[in-house]
Amino acid sequence: MKNDGFDRRAFLKSAVAGSAVAATANIPPPAQAQPTAAQSASTGGYAFLNAEEAAFIEALVDHMVPADALTPKGTDIGLNVFIDRALAGGWGKGDRLYMQGPWKQGVPSQGYQLPMTPADLYRSGIAAANVVCVKSYGKSFDKLSEAQREEFLLNLQAGKVTFDNGPPARVFFTTVYQSVMEGMFSDPMYGGNRNKAGWKLIGFPGVIAVHHQNVEKFRDKQFPADPVGIADMS
Amino acid sequence: MAKKLKEVDLVLVGLGWTGGILAKELSAAGLKVVALERGGMRTTENDYQVPQVRDELRYVIRHDLMQNTAKDTLTIRNNVSQEALPMRRLGSFLPGEVVGGSGVHWSGHTWRWTDQEFKVRTMYEERYGKKYIPADMTIQDWGITYAELEPYYERFEYTAAVSGKAGNLQGQIQAGGNPFEAPRAREYALPPLTPILASEMFTAAAKNNGYHPFPRPSANASRAYTNPDGSRFGACQYCGYCQRFGCEANAKGSPHMTVIPIAMRNPNFELRAHSWVTKVLKDSTGKRVTGVLYTNTLNGEEFEQPASMVALTAYAINNVHLMLLSGIGQPYDPVSQQGVIGKNYCYQTGASATLFFEGHHFNPFMNAGGSNATMDDFNHSNWEFDRAKFGYVGGFNVGGGFNTALPIGYRPVPRGTPAWGKAWKAATAKWYQTAMNVSASGSVMSNRYNYFDLDPTYRNAFGQPLMRMTFDYKENEHKMGTHAAQVINDLAKSMNPTSVNTATARTEPWTVVPYQSTHNTGGTIMGTNPKSSALNKYLQSWDCHNLFVVGANVFPHNASYNPTGPVGALAYWTADAIKNTYVKNPGPMVSA
Repeated sequence: MKNDGFDRRAFLKSAVAGSAVAATANIPPPAQAQPTAAQSASTGGYAFLNAEEAAFIEALVDHMVPADALTPKGTDIGLNVFIDRALAGGWGKGDRLYMQGPWKQGVPSQGYQLPMTPADLYRSGIAAANVVCVKSYGKSFDKLSEAQREEFLLNLQAGKVTFDNGPPARVFFTTVYQSVMEGMFSDPMYGGNRNKAGWKLIGFPGVIAVHHQNVEKFRDKQFPADPVGIADMS
Repeated sequence: MAKKLKEVDLVLVGLGWTGGILAKELSAAGLKVVALERGGMRTTENDYQVPQVRDELRYVIRHDLMQNTAKDTLTIRNNVSQEALPMRRLGSFLPGEVVGGSGVHWSGHTWRWTDQEFKVRTMYEERYGKKYIPADMTIQDWGITYAELEPYYERFEYTAAVSGKAGNLQGQIQAGGNPFEAPRAREYALPPLTPILASEMFTAAAKNNGYHPFPRPSANASRAYTNPDGSRFGACQYCGYCQRFGCEANAKGSPHMTVIPIAMRNPNFELRAHSWVTKVLKDSTGKRVTGVLYTNTLNGEEFEQPASMVALTAYAINNVHLMLLSGIGQPYDPVSQQGVIGKNYCYQTGASATLFFEGHHFNPFMNAGGSNATMDDFNHSNWEFDRAKFGYVGGFNVGGGFNTALPIGYRPVPRGTPAWGKAWKAATAKWYQTAMNVSASGSVMSNRYNYFDLDPTYRNAFGQPLMRMTFDYKENEHKMGTHAAQVINDLAKSMNPTSVNTATARTEPWTVVPYQSTHNTGGTIMGTNPKSSALNKYLQSWDCHNLFVVGANVFPHNASYNPTGPVGALAYWTADAIKNTYVKNPGPMVSA
């Protein structure tokens, strides 16, 4: 997407400054520093993520899915776009989620019990994660070195990070991790898995309709998968 | 004030397999039948077409065909001392909510449950003595026999295009089938599905270990087929998108392409979708039901539908819920063990190993819902197997193969692999096609403390109490799971894989996530007398003789087998009892 003379970076800068960086005042607003992935990747814009959240998610998906010979990096296959659309859409807004109180924390076997939608969990969780990162490393997550990001995410996964007065850190992590995997392996029409990069990684053929003959023909043989998505057949 | 409609002969609450079978059979017998279904109309032509239906995110992850928990769910706890909280989204099990119900999104695995289930207490007491059965294990005989049900199993299997190989034809053991099955009068409707590498390797390993593997019987048409009612099936395409999906080829036996359209062609039958039943109504004596109260969810209008007979044919859990909401029968109390409605809720357990084989190509995206080989050697059907050595009641089947191994949910890597980053990607790429599973599905025996009642706090979208599920695995299931895991791990080792993620028994508390099995049973159980059961052997309420409750909610305990075989057979059995006996002389068909 071309900016056609519109200086997006300058606009973001003034917009962030003007909003007084509401959520987490001690964090340097990401958009004021050097260009973030948002500005280099062509995302087509975000429907849900704010500047701090965009920087966090872009850094996270590029860390979890780094570029190598197997796939491009997370933002280059649209994982940030997938997450943004999921949060802006029905799932993020609590579609099919029972949202009546009373609210109790319960025990783990009772599953999700937070009094908020997935979009609200992302919003509060990213803010809380950045507070922890600033406390531990002096910088928000997107500014951390690769080694620091790795350490922080491993601690988050292992339950060694807690969010003071925030949502449960483990629930936040498992939700985000699941989203990354959904973005990597769902149909490309949802914004992730761009160019079927996730499917190519594993040799998954996508929406192929007919294997009646193949089931015998390719038994114990590699199936020559050139993955096909829903849009390719529509 | 609800608008009162004209009386009909039979109102069905829910339209999946059980409602569809009753609708077809009883409208053909001349009864005026109305079906009220919560969900919307879905057809193969309109809704289950390629490419749209090949969408793992929509159907598997976001539960497109499933019950919407924002409107109605359950509360959950592991034991009576916990406070139950709502299951705020689906996870462990997935009730369907469209015309066709869970019969649209099932995998088609179809088993015949036998006298070892139906006479479970008698058989254990005879063989192992009364003391062998734990004091809090509330297993009881079902009041029905395999011989009574056999023709109805066959009817369901031929209706649903079950593909398989008989193991016992009229008492003669058949090579290639399940030698432990009870005698069947005829072969399966269709020959078995084409085996895949994983099922072949499992079969070879099981045979080498002295077991008796066979292709899992499934309602996936192995070739094009026209069933006895004239419903036409395409051949299964091994598309890899079976469980959680409708089938574009009409190769999966489903009510929306068999019994339901036949009923809909009959002027005696009327379907009202988007119709949410809130209560079954009783007369002043409480001995008869008079119809149901329901709301049209498209506009909020409330109706009373009077009927001479009511049949609850929704998902098993929702049938029990409606009984409790309607105040029919005495609710079960686990302390006094009085009452029957809500009693003997059961689930299933299991164990699973992932085997990694460098150099093999399993093509996990190329399979039918039933692309498995399985074995029954440690199950109830094999009564020769002596459980006393292991000290449990029940059994398990073990299988190898794939079913809907799609990549958001299925990406096997050896334990210890990082969860992200370059090493994760490399391992995911390496093992996706070079791994297979060997897994067990295990029975859950009924227990006095596993039950349903109404929740005191939480309500659904209609302001009615949610149903509360109190459930956990007991020591009996832990012992069985431990044995199952051992059998799996020994089998896996004998296959000499590159590496293996070994199986372990489920001994942690049952949890509402992740997905485990949509095989929820019990709550309004069938039996021999009204003190210990809600329904007689014809699934007729002991309290109100013109009320029938059909589904897995009638099972007094849960075997390791998939429940749809007996669910379908019992629906035909009940339809025949209504048609041939009840309508001629309405009243209790078994005297209490």
